[in-house]
Formats: sequence, C-alpha cells, structure tokens
Amino acid sequence: MSNHQSFDLHELHDPEIPIPEGLEGSIAATSLSRIYNWSRARSTWPLLFGLACCAIEMIATASSRYDMSRFGMEVMRASPRQADLLIVSGTVTKKMVVPIVRIYNQMPEPKYVLAMGACASGGGPFKEGYNVVSGIDKYIPVDVYVPGCPPTPQALIYGFMALHKKMEGQQLFQRNSTPWYSRGPVDEIPIPILGPDIIDPRQASLLRQEVERQAQGVAMTEAQAEAGD
Amino acid sequence: MSDIQEFQSKDIVADPTQEALNVLSERFGSQVSPDDRKNYTGLVVDRDALTDVARIVRDELGYDYLSSATAVDYLGYEDGDYLEMVYHCYRTTGGAPLVLKSRTPRDVATLPSVVSIWPGADFQEREAYDLYGIYFNGHPNMKRILLWEGFEGHPMRKDWREAYYEEEHKPFGSRWPAGHVTRAEEFNPFGRNVKYPEGFTMDQAYDVSEVDHYEGLNLGVQIEGGIQTDRLVVNLGPHHPSTHGVFRMVVTLNGETVETLEPVMGYLHRNHEKIGERNTWGMNMPFTDRLDYISSMSNNLGYALAVEELMAKSDVKGFSQPTERAELIRVLMVELTRYVSHTWSIGFLLNDMGAFFTPALYGIWERELILDFFEATAGSRMMCNYMRFGGVAYDIPARLRAQAILENDVIRDFDTMDFLRELIFERMPRFVDEYHKLLTSNEIVISRAQGVGILPPELAIAYSTSGPVLRGSGIPYDVRRAQPYSIYPELEFDIPVGRNGDVYDRYLVRLEEMRQSVRILQQVYPRLKETAGMPVFGLDAYAPRISEGGEAYGRVENPKGELGYYIIGRQGKEYDQNPWRYHVRAPSFINLTALEEMCKGHKVADIVVILGSIDIVLGEVDR
Repeated sequence: MSNHQSFDLHELHDPEIPIPEGLEGSIAATSLSRIYNWSRARSTWPLLFGLACCAIEMIATASSRYDMSRFGMEVMRASPRQADLLIVSGTVTKKMVVPIVRIYNQMPEPKYVLAMGACASGGGPFKEGYNVVSGIDKYIPVDVYVPGCPPTPQALIYGFMALHKKMEGQQLFQRNSTPWYSRGPVDEIPIPILGPDIIDPRQASLLRQEVERQAQGVAMTEAQAEAGD
Repeated sequence: MSDIQEFQSKDIVADPTQEALNVLSERFGSQVSPDDRKNYTGLVVDRDALTDVARIVRDELGYDYLSSATAVDYLGYEDGDYLEMVYHCYRTTGGAPLVLKSRTPRDVATLPSVVSIWPGADFQEREAYDLYGIYFNGHPNMKRILLWEGFEGHPMRKDWREAYYEEEHKPFGSRWPAGHVTRAEEFNPFGRNVKYPEGFTMDQAYDVSEVDHYEGLNLGVQIEGGIQTDRLVVNLGPHHPSTHGVFRMVVTLNGETVETLEPVMGYLHRNHEKIGERNTWGMNMPFTDRLDYISSMSNNLGYALAVEELMAKSDVKGFSQPTERAELIRVLMVELTRYVSHTWSIGFLLNDMGAFFTPALYGIWERELILDFFEATAGSRMMCNYMRFGGVAYDIPARLRAQAILENDVIRDFDTMDFLRELIFERMPRFVDEYHKLLTSNEIVISRAQGVGILPPELAIAYSTSGPVLRGSGIPYDVRRAQPYSIYPELEFDIPVGRNGDVYDRYLVRLEEMRQSVRILQQVYPRLKETAGMPVFGLDAYAPRISEGGEAYGRVENPKGELGYYIIGRQGKEYDQNPWRYHVRAPSFINLTALEEMCKGHKVADIVVILGSIDIVLGEVDR
C-alpha cells in the first residue's frame, strides 16, 4: 500500500506514535478499537427496505448522482440478517410497526437505526392520523434522526456521516459503549399486538393503571350523582 | 380523431342525469329521484333497487366504467343523519359522469353490493366497509382492507375520534389565534397515538389480524398428472424488495403456479382522508403531494381542479379561473411529471425482471434533471406543493442552477428557458429513443413480458382499471381526451394503445406516452415564451371560504391512471373553510383489483413483473 493517494493511512494513524521518516502514509500505528470502528463505519450495509416517500429519496441517494458507494454503503441487503443499518424511510403505521420490530429483532448486533424524515422521527405531517405511529423511536431505539419531508439526498448523506461519527466514538473495551459484547443474549423487543388499537406489551402495567383510574373516575361521578340526589 | 371529438362534444352537451332519469323513472318510479340539493348532481336510488338500476345503467345506458365508489357521512345535516354511497359511472367512449347515490341509516348500515355489475367496486366497497362500517350484501369478500381485523370502530365516521383528537376543524383554537404549541403525546395517558375501549387490559389483547388471510385457502396435497405437488402459501411482503413499497400478497401456489392471490394492504394507510377533512381547503394541497409521491405535480392539479369546480359553483368572491400562462405552466409541470414517472416505472419494471438497477439508474438520472427544475421553481424536489386554486404558486424562475445537460459534471447557472429548450427539444426525445433502443427488442424483456399478465379489454373495463393498464389492453380511454380539462383540447397528442394487454404492451404504452408528453411540451414551450410576464395566481383565492357547499369531482389523467378527488363542502359559516368529505380515487389502488386475474396461472416469478407493470405507488394505494 505504498500508493497513499488511493488509500490514505493518515486517517487511521494515531499521531502520538512516531513513525520513521519516509514511511508516513504507508504505516499506521493505531488502536484495535480504532481500526475496528474504522472498518465498520466504512462498510455499513443498509437493509433494502423502503416505506414511503422517503424511500424514493433513499433510492436517489443510492443512484449515480449522489452515490452511496463512496461510503461503502452500496451493498443494500434484502435480508435483515445481513444488514447493519435499518433506514426507516417513511411513515410508520400501526400495521407496519409489527413487521418493523420483527425485522429489527432479526438484525444481528451491532445494529443501527436511522430515522429518515419527519414521519419516522415523530409522525410528521400524518402524526394526527389514527393509524400512524408518532415516531419509530416509540418502539425501537434510534441512533440518527434526519429531518426533512423528505430529506434531500444531501441530508441523508449527512445523516450517514453522523452515524459514522457515532460508530467511531464507540470504544471496543467499554461495556456500556458496546453492549452487544456483554454476556448473555441481548433482549428482543416485544412484538406489538394489533388489538382494538396497537398494544405495546411493555405498556401492560400502564394499561392496568389506566383501567383503575377510569374505574375510580366512574365511581366518583356515580358518588357525586348520588350526593346530588 | 375528428369523429371521436365530435362524438364526445355531443356527449358532453347532453345532460346525462336527465337522460338517465327519463329511462329509469319509467321502470322504477319513485325509487329513482334526482338529487336536488344545491350544487349536487346525479340520481338518488333507493337501496332496494340499486343493483337493478346499476345493471340497466351499465347495459342499456352504456355506463360500463365505474370510476369511483365512496361513502359520505351526512351526520348532523338538516335532512337527517345517514350514510350515502356515491358511484361515479362513465362511458369508456368519453363524456360526463352519471352519478348514482344510495342511502342507508347509520346504525345498521347495509347496502347491496354492485360487485356483480362492476367488479371494480370490490376494493372500494371493502374500503367503505372498513372506514364507514357499511356492510355490502352480496360482496364475495367482505372484510377490512386498510385497517386490521379487530380494529375498534370505523374511523371515517364523523363521530369517531382519533387518539390525538383536538377539534373538529382546523385551524385549532390552541394554535390560532392562541398560539400555544403543545405535543399531542403529553395529553395521552400512554404517551402515544393510541386509545383503547374502556376497561381494556392485556387479558383481552388478542391479535386476530392475520387469521382472515389464510382462511378458505384449502391447503392440502393435490396430485396432478402423476407429479405430486403440494399447495403452498407464500407471503410476499410487506418487506420485500420487489413489491414497490410495503405491499403484501398472500399467494397460493400449486408447485410454482399461482392459484390464488390476495393483496393485503394498509401498511402505509396514513389517513389522508380523515386528516383532509379536519384540514382547511388550502392545507390539503401539500398532502396531495404525498399520495403518488413520484408525481406530486399532477396530484396537485387534480385537487386544484376539484376545488376550483366547487368554488365556481359556489361563486366564491375574488376567485377567477387560471390565466393562460398558469394553465401552460400547469401542463408543463404535469407532462414533465408524467415523463419522470414513466422513466422511473420502466426502470423498475426492468429491475423486477432481474436487470438489477442498471436500467433504473438511467431513468433516475433523467429524473434528476427535471427535479432540478422542480426544485428551482417550487422549492422542493419531490413534494412540490405548487398548484393553487386559480393558478400556480409562483411563476417559473428566470434562472436556475442545475446540473449541466450536455457537460454533465458541473452545476451551472442557466437561463430557465434555455434549460427547458435543451431539455424538451434535445435531451428528452433522445433519451426516449435510447430507452427504446436498449429495451424494446431486448431478448430478456420480450421473453419475460410478452404473453405475461394478459388482461382482456372487457375485464380491464370491468375492473375499473385506468391509465396504461387500461390502454395497454386496447381501450383508448384517457381523461385528457375523454373529459378534457385545462388546455388539453388545444394541444395535439395521440393516445397510445396496446393490442394484447400483456406486460409488454403496458411497457410500450408507457414508452409512447413519454414521446407524446415530449410532443405536448414542445407545443407548450413557445407559448410559454409568448405569455411571459402574465400573472399566474390571484392571491384572493389563497384561503378560500366556500359558503354555499355542494359536491365536486375533479379528475385528471395521472401517470398511473385516473386520479379523482371527490369533495363536498357543507353549507354554513362554521364549515366553509374545510371539506366535509375529501375522497381520493387512487388509480394504483383500483388497478390492483385486476392483479389476481392477471397473475392466475403464471409462475411465481411473474407476479413480480406483473405487479411492476401495473406500476403501483403505495402512498396512493393505502392513502
């Protein structure tokens, strides 16, 4: 790799470690964490997964004018088991959040989620709709939010760069930074249930509390009505 | 061509409602009556007579094409609370619609199904059942379509309130004039967009949303000609790279051959209509962008036409019809959009055939050139929000910055008219020829597309398909000619049709339509130069108040097919800013009715190609 025009080792090299004169650019002395994150960030494979309008801009980003392959991201995998990044590109409906949580659970660690556009970040223009989830972060953890309706390809690329920055900041030997190397399996996110409205199993106790509150409220009004008589 | 035009103009002059009433009242007496509410048209049919009337309307009066069927909730109207089903019927030879209406009480809402007469009503009746709770007797598959089985209530009814309900109509008091900004989550006990029936706990949480899809599929082993094959159910989607979004199909296969196919949709149902009925008239314009998100400009036009029709009926003060330049700019934008949509669609059809991404990249690159122009004019690449009632938002800019067309590596500053000239007269025609040269006689395209997914012309009409699907089957029906709008009567263009109704013909129709779009653009360009400086928008109509009420149906020929907006304004001061009913007749949604018919008997790999040839956009399918 003597030709450091095409492959520059400067960005990998830790400047505190001296290198013999004449070998700059051809030798890099660096930490394992650094090289691990560097290679991860430059081969982040997104899931081939489009939801709505934003998916069209995501495709435009992948195409020749904007060119995602500059980031090593052109390998869009159709199977979640081969993907590192889930780009939630569009409005998440209650009906769709069930497959999305399933897909997320199937992705291997380390995995990242990018909420693309206003809808995926917080419901967007459709937030008040009865079938719309107010942001995918209500169900799965999100690493990067990209605003816009839809975000331009430039904005999405900026989101990728923010994600790469986040990846490069994760330290391999710090447990809280890389939870996927801790002992035991990583907990799966419970699949939402499509009942009379969408139900998040994690909110079971909240549901019970709400019923109790309602019962008290009803009892109070009955009592008030009796007092009124 | 002149014969057709003559026939059409004669057809348009005759009042279809009166003509139909003369025929129908003889036989049905008082069961059929004209709709005499102010600014309404059509016939009100007693629900007991609906199927008989519909049969005569189709067979004897010749209204063979059911464009739109939708429900309206007249809650709190003076003449009583009822649900009304509205059918817009057309003749495929062109002309104005005959509108049939049938009413049912709200508490036990039932109507006879017209699927046996117009099979195209299938999904639309299921939608009305899903969102309004009208049960259609005689419908072969009466179940929910956009929401899931088990969902509480029928959300489009006027007395159904969503979890984040604030007020009946916008602008909400908290935002204007009070000016408080709050987040709806803060007022919901669950912090989310959910609401449950009273007393609901996890013990009652049963998920039955999937059960219905697999019922009645007769799974079992079948022996055929000595070879034993198993019947197999395959789920395609909603996460599948070839379903063009979050579309899902439950397919029964015998070996590799498709036996039944049921589209499952609603994964992108984002409640355009409910939100649209809370919005003011003007607020809906940006929402229409997000229906068929590849062709936002033409979605805008359809909605603008519908509201303009209602405004003209209602004599809104300060409203004037668009000027010549505004019409020219509208047609310019709409035809550019058609070109964009077809390049995209052909590229992705090839993608579905296995030519992974190379043809699509050619198409996407062409799209980028036009998006530069859209961005310079409307301020956004995709969601243009550009048309207004009575014109367009702004004139096209004098200069724009775009990627150079001939030297394609630098962004340059152009004179807009120079840019358009180069685009319309050189780049676009050359590109269509290039697409044609690369694809039309390609061996793989021919073997994957010819004879696949055949839709005979009778069925294409019966299933209410539109756009390239209908024309690919040989029916020369194009709204731009059948019921002309804007300045299309002044323009010269042909309606391409196919002969065989297969995937290949739909591809050829799209390719030829791109040529015709270029031809239209070449006629528009010199007139744009002549009309420079003419105003394009009267500001008075910016936030209209339509006080008299009434109905309007605006339809346009979208790249995907016939896009219609059925809107109702309610009379009265408190209702004049908002539509009482806002319905979108989405071409992609209704074209899917014919999908099973096209796929039956083909191999599983052909489903993907056939779906690609319908060219659906999920934003429009699910709305």
